[in-house]
Amino acid sequence: MANFKVNGEDKTLDIEPDMPLLWALRDELGMTGTKFGCGIAACGACTVHINGVAVRSCVTPVSAIEGQEITTIEGLATAAAGSNPSNPALTAVQQAWIDHQVPQCGYCQSGMIMAVSSLLAQNPNPSDAEIDSSITNVCRCGTYPRVRRAIRSLATA
Amino acid sequence: MKINRRRFLLSSALVGGGVLIGYTATRPSRHRRANAELAGAGESFVTSLLKIEADNTVTVYVPHSEMGQGVHTSLSMMAADELDADWERVNIEQAPAIDLFANGDLITGFAGELGAPSFLAPLISVSAVKIAELANLQTTGGSSSVRFTGEHSMRYAGAAARELLVQCAANRWAVPAAECTTALSYVHHNASGRSLSYGELAAEAAMLEPSNEPMLKTRDQYNIMGKAMSRNDIPAKVNGSAPYGIDAQPEDMLYAAIRFAPVFGTKLVSVDAGDVLSRRGIKKIVQLEDSVAVVADSYWRAKEALKSVDAVFEELGNENVSSASIYEQFDASLAADDSDEDREIGDTQAAFDSAADVIEASYRVPYLAHAAMEPMNCTVHLKDGRADIWTSTQDALGIKSRIASILGIAAENATFHHSYVGGGFGRRLPFTWNVIDHAALIAKEFDVPVKTVLSREDDMQQDYYRPAVASNFKAAFDSSGLVRGWHNRFTGPIQTPGAAHIPYAIDNQSIRVVDGTTHIPIAAWRSVDHSQQTFFTESFIDEIAHRAGKNPYQFRLDLLSGHPRHRRVLETAAEAAGYGRNLPEGHALGIAVQESFGSVVAEIAEVSMDENMRPVVHKVTCAIDCGFAVNPDTAASQIESGIIFGLTAAMYGEITIEGGRVAQNNFPDYEMVRMATSPEIDVHILESDNTLGGFGEPATPPIAAAVTNAIYILTGQRVRELPIKNHDFGKPSLAKV
Repeated sequence: MANFKVNGEDKTLDIEPDMPLLWALRDELGMTGTKFGCGIAACGACTVHINGVAVRSCVTPVSAIEGQEITTIEGLATAAAGSNPSNPALTAVQQAWIDHQVPQCGYCQSGMIMAVSSLLAQNPNPSDAEIDSSITNVCRCGTYPRVRRAIRSLATA
Repeated sequence: MKINRRRFLLSSALVGGGVLIGYTATRPSRHRRANAELAGAGESFVTSLLKIEADNTVTVYVPHSEMGQGVHTSLSMMAADELDADWERVNIEQAPAIDLFANGDLITGFAGELGAPSFLAPLISVSAVKIAELANLQTTGGSSSVRFTGEHSMRYAGAAARELLVQCAANRWAVPAAECTTALSYVHHNASGRSLSYGELAAEAAMLEPSNEPMLKTRDQYNIMGKAMSRNDIPAKVNGSAPYGIDAQPEDMLYAAIRFAPVFGTKLVSVDAGDVLSRRGIKKIVQLEDSVAVVADSYWRAKEALKSVDAVFEELGNENVSSASIYEQFDASLAADDSDEDREIGDTQAAFDSAADVIEASYRVPYLAHAAMEPMNCTVHLKDGRADIWTSTQDALGIKSRIASILGIAAENATFHHSYVGGGFGRRLPFTWNVIDHAALIAKEFDVPVKTVLSREDDMQQDYYRPAVASNFKAAFDSSGLVRGWHNRFTGPIQTPGAAHIPYAIDNQSIRVVDGTTHIPIAAWRSVDHSQQTFFTESFIDEIAHRAGKNPYQFRLDLLSGHPRHRRVLETAAEAAGYGRNLPEGHALGIAVQESFGSVVAEIAEVSMDENMRPVVHKVTCAIDCGFAVNPDTAASQIESGIIFGLTAAMYGEITIEGGRVAQNNFPDYEMVRMATSPEIDVHILESDNTLGGFGEPATPPIAAAVTNAIYILTGQRVRELPIKNHDFGKPSLAKV
């Protein structure tokens, strides 16, 4: 049995200990906001938070997260309640993503938003070099200039 | 053709309580057909595209796939503007995959522009019957949605509906229609101070015959087009709720992981599945002609089990093909020069016979994968002769027909469930069927839904690739140093006619194509032939400029006197990029310009070499003459996207062939531009009187040559083969400009 919390809810799953968290979320729990991109932690589409820190769920076996707090894109706004007083349904990062019209196809953006949210929680005003070294997610549509603009708008806010 | 009951219900459900008004400029039969076949008791709609409800909300049905290009919003803006609708009360709906919503304007548009788009060529060339099937396409590609469907369907739908609404109001008030005005979804008669909402008039308007030549607005009359409108698909893309094909989760679904024949075109011989069937959750091993699949109650279980399945594939002789052997084949083909004409102007032979100087160069580019972020996938549920289909596609109607035919059911017994598309770039166009076909064949073995998902490795190794191409050039100078001859031979096939043509005023040109056929499957890849041809031609023209001792910017302008759009974008980009002014120490500017998909684009890359002599692209300045940008912010984001897509290919992109199969597996071997390597991008959208140009693709072609032309200035080394990562630039040595 695997036991962990997802977006504040206790989950108990009868699954193999080596099943990656990504597939537990998507196929066992039906939470499809977290995306499969590469399966080897190379693209970041599957990024979730474990105890608030960005982790690539496609290479994280459920045995490694026993009893821990997982936040996915679906639960981000609740987990970061208060970050965006004007609209509690969205975090300030999500709001900036709309304001700067960041997503294109959008497939990588769950992971991108989770990675950026984690970065800004630890480092509210990152330099360009810090953004470059911590946000390594792949976006095939090339939304990087807007990702940077959106982060900048949050950092200087 | 008789509509069956099920489709009628689907359409009725779609229409809801509202009234559909619409007009498709190129297919006037559509509204008559809708009346004859779709209108039920108490319903009165003309055709698709525009629905107006009693509460005055307007819904626009968009017959294109949303893959991040903002097409749902842009096309709705076009219809709503001509309708004079209140944008705040416009809903946007994906048009369903039924033939009433086939977007045939793409065919007409490309027929005028190119003859026919490459990915349709197989159909067009087969027979007249097949040509009729073109009407059933619902294709999104070729940077065509706004300029063809938008210009030829959406605007007409809006304008024709507006005229009907005005006519109805005028009739009610017994005043001339000319005295009525429209604004924000109301018709007004200012002389008498009366107004009626579109919602109050819609049911009546739908009874009338729409004009096939409604009065369209002129640009100065636009209220919605030309403004930066927020895309309607973005809110769902920031909270995980946007559905993609891979997210389908119908009840009782199973999952398939599949292994293809690694060498393209070979067949499965035998399978040893060992104890796999006894493992948890494993339901079945499915053997197909060219692949083996494991079906399980979880994708991960299927994928893990597949690792223990041994499969033997036949050998057909392509096992020794490599990238090196393919390039040898190309060189032999070029040397033999058994070529077909692409373009012949003047007497090129004479220009070379009398040349005072000749410059020659050979260029190459490798195969490229699409590598959309959403791995290829398709979910099919076949039960009791009916099917449900979920997949991310650039052609919903085509996919539906294809799967229905594989399942052996009529297309109208299949329902396509739309989703957003997690990247297309040409991979999800018609004729790149491999995952679709396999998903259908696997699902045929079950009566529950089966989702087939490619791993990233399979997605990369079982693509239909941007072709590898070799291109040889010669240019002849006369004794006064003028370029008099342009000689170009490249390996085909030509997927995009005209991509190898140059805009430069060179009197004698011989551009011909030789056979470049290999066993590697190829297809359209963002900007299609322009991606490689622009690298070739814009690099070689740069070589000519340097050989002539001319500034490459001025040299281009001098040869572009007959191309004012090219001159304008070059001049705008040069001014914005600070061309000719002081740059930071060690930086250089490289230039390229190309017309594609109706837009003319100049790009200037500002590049330096780092301490390891690796190129760093700091900034790309882009000027595009697109005629008019319907949604300027979406247009800018498409340009940013196109540049980064092309830059990824230029810097890193390389699918190599070893042992007849693709050598790359996953992103580490097929690197991408990321935050750290993404340049600043400065976009200048220039409007002109020209017809609308595309945005999705035209920014991709120039970037490779812009970067390598800058690298030449910085290092004296001419990059004639991509990707740039494979080049050793040694020590700095500044070339004279």
